[in-house]
Amino acid sequence: MSTAQFFFGYFAVMLTGLSVLVVTRKDPIHSVLWMLVLFVHIAGLYLFLNAEFLAAVQIIVYAGAILVLFLFVIMLLNLRNEERVKKFQTQWPLGAGAGALLAIFLCLIVGKVIVLAPLGRYSEDAVNGDGNLMAIGKILYTEYLFPFEVASLVLLVAIIGAVVLAKRRLE
Amino acid sequence: MDVTFSLGLQDISAIMPELAMISVGLLLLMLDLVVKRKEIIAIIGVAGALVALYGTVSVYGMSESQTVFADMFLLDKYSCFFKIIFYLNVIFTICISFKYMAIEKAAFGEYYALLLFATAGMMIMASAADLMILYLGLELMALSTYILAGLLRKQARSNEAAVKYFFLGAFSSAFLLYGIALTYGMTGTTNITDIATSLFTLGIHDSPVMYLGVIFMIVAFGFKVALVPFHMWAPDVYEGAPTSITAFMSVGPKAAGFAVLGRVLFEAFGSMQPQWSAVLVPLAILTMVVGSVIALAQSNIKRMLAYSSIAHAGYMLLGIIAGTPEGLTSTINYLMIYTFMNIGAFTIVIMLRREGFQGENIEDYMGLAKSHPMASALMLIFMFSLTGIPPTAGFIGKFYVFMEAINAGYTYLAIIAALFSVVSAFFYLRIVVYMYMKEPQNEIVLTTSGPAGIVLAITCLAVLIIGIFPSILLSLANFSILG
Repeated sequence: MSTAQFFFGYFAVMLTGLSVLVVTRKDPIHSVLWMLVLFVHIAGLYLFLNAEFLAAVQIIVYAGAILVLFLFVIMLLNLRNEERVKKFQTQWPLGAGAGALLAIFLCLIVGKVIVLAPLGRYSEDAVNGDGNLMAIGKILYTEYLFPFEVASLVLLVAIIGAVVLAKRRLE
Repeated sequence: MDVTFSLGLQDISAIMPELAMISVGLLLLMLDLVVKRKEIIAIIGVAGALVALYGTVSVYGMSESQTVFADMFLLDKYSCFFKIIFYLNVIFTICISFKYMAIEKAAFGEYYALLLFATAGMMIMASAADLMILYLGLELMALSTYILAGLLRKQARSNEAAVKYFFLGAFSSAFLLYGIALTYGMTGTTNITDIATSLFTLGIHDSPVMYLGVIFMIVAFGFKVALVPFHMWAPDVYEGAPTSITAFMSVGPKAAGFAVLGRVLFEAFGSMQPQWSAVLVPLAILTMVVGSVIALAQSNIKRMLAYSSIAHAGYMLLGIIAGTPEGLTSTINYLMIYTFMNIGAFTIVIMLRREGFQGENIEDYMGLAKSHPMASALMLIFMFSLTGIPPTAGFIGKFYVFMEAINAGYTYLAIIAALFSVVSAFFYLRIVVYMYMKEPQNEIVLTTSGPAGIVLAITCLAVLIIGIFPSILLSLANFSILG
């Protein structure tokens, strides 16, 4: 096993385990803190793929901003009652079973017959030539201009939605 | 690294209708601050949709399709046909909305802006030439509809509708992304035409991984068009959402779902047709059976129409299963007909709502023909059409999808579909029986308005004209797919 495989294996196992921890903790604060560890590991995975910029953004935006927001919301809401309610419904073994089946199925199929696609235009050398940030900036405002603008609209709708649902006073 | 794309005039002109929709939506948000009369906002919204309609119709006759924004956005006849469905949907919805939203005491300007944004999302989906843009369009549509479904904040069932729709929608998005990721991993591209080429050149069209990718995408689109077993959200969401939004949701996202289903399956995975048809066959059977049978047991008309819309998704799927261009033609033909008859039926449902009276129970229709013969006659036409009785348009829609299924060798599917059309007659015609053959239980006062009257006139005329002269719509659908 090469070092690369070892690191990838570490991140893969940790990401799966941490995700399970996030959904199973009883205290929502614990869930969020496990999610912090999860985000850091995702950033590690990006670094592993030579995407330094994405790794930095992952830490700054997700671990920094979004997670703090989560914590604030949880602390503002009084969740003591929620904790007393059973976290999973009675049919959870069924869901877990279906999930496990799908996982086994995926391992059998994807592991055996995966064919590597031809490499794209943005190979490691091409990206390193310009630098990570420059490469992203260049394609974001050229080739991916249209998706970029649509994404901004999606965010706008989210903001309008928050205002309409939370602030609007009904007559 | 060289930049291969620079923004040109042809890029902007190709997305004119979308730009019109979005900029009018933004304008409405601003106007909402200064304009007190929400009717004015609604009228400007309709005007925006009409401008976009003009833009689309003016390029409909183009000789060849055009890809712009570095192969992200595709302007072709297929997308134009769907965009016309979306315009009709949004215009009809706005027309039946403002009296209703005033009764519900939720007359917000943002409501109209969100309707336009949702429509822009659907248009982007129909025109997507890349899975990335397809996903973003889908999210734009979905996010706007989640909010619209939960607009009646004081009603628990509206909140429930929004939350349910949101969670299951997010879940289905995860499936879509997983499918896209698997496809990207195998083919190295997210561009729809390039996927088709890669499948061919790499010889991976029978790879199990591709099979899985396609199944995941079918699951995600199945959520949007409410195929069984991915339909669980539909009845609760349709019942809880404001009725005008139920009308909007039962047509728009469904048509958009079918647009991307047709685009992705036929263009990207055309070489895998036997495989995906095999996946869709059981889904279609389940959808028709569950939709028609459970609709029989409903006492709330919005719930009944929700199950009916599930059953209709099953019939529409037959044309896609056929896997031929003619089959796809019959599906889009059905979608256009469904737009008219379904919105027509919802317009009558919405008219029964008045201050202090829900008017959603099927019993409320008892004896309606005595007090309101005109509305009852219209409802009769829409119910006949939804059942598929000639000479209404619903018959034409069903006839062509059944015929294409038989032509492609799926005779048993056509037989099952015909059988369950008969079952569906029980719950559609029950409304007719209640209206004409029962004594009125309580006095019904209809909430009428000019715009709703116009919607009824247009939808009713369309249902009858298409029913008698089907070639008008059919040649348009043919032109959009083959021409």
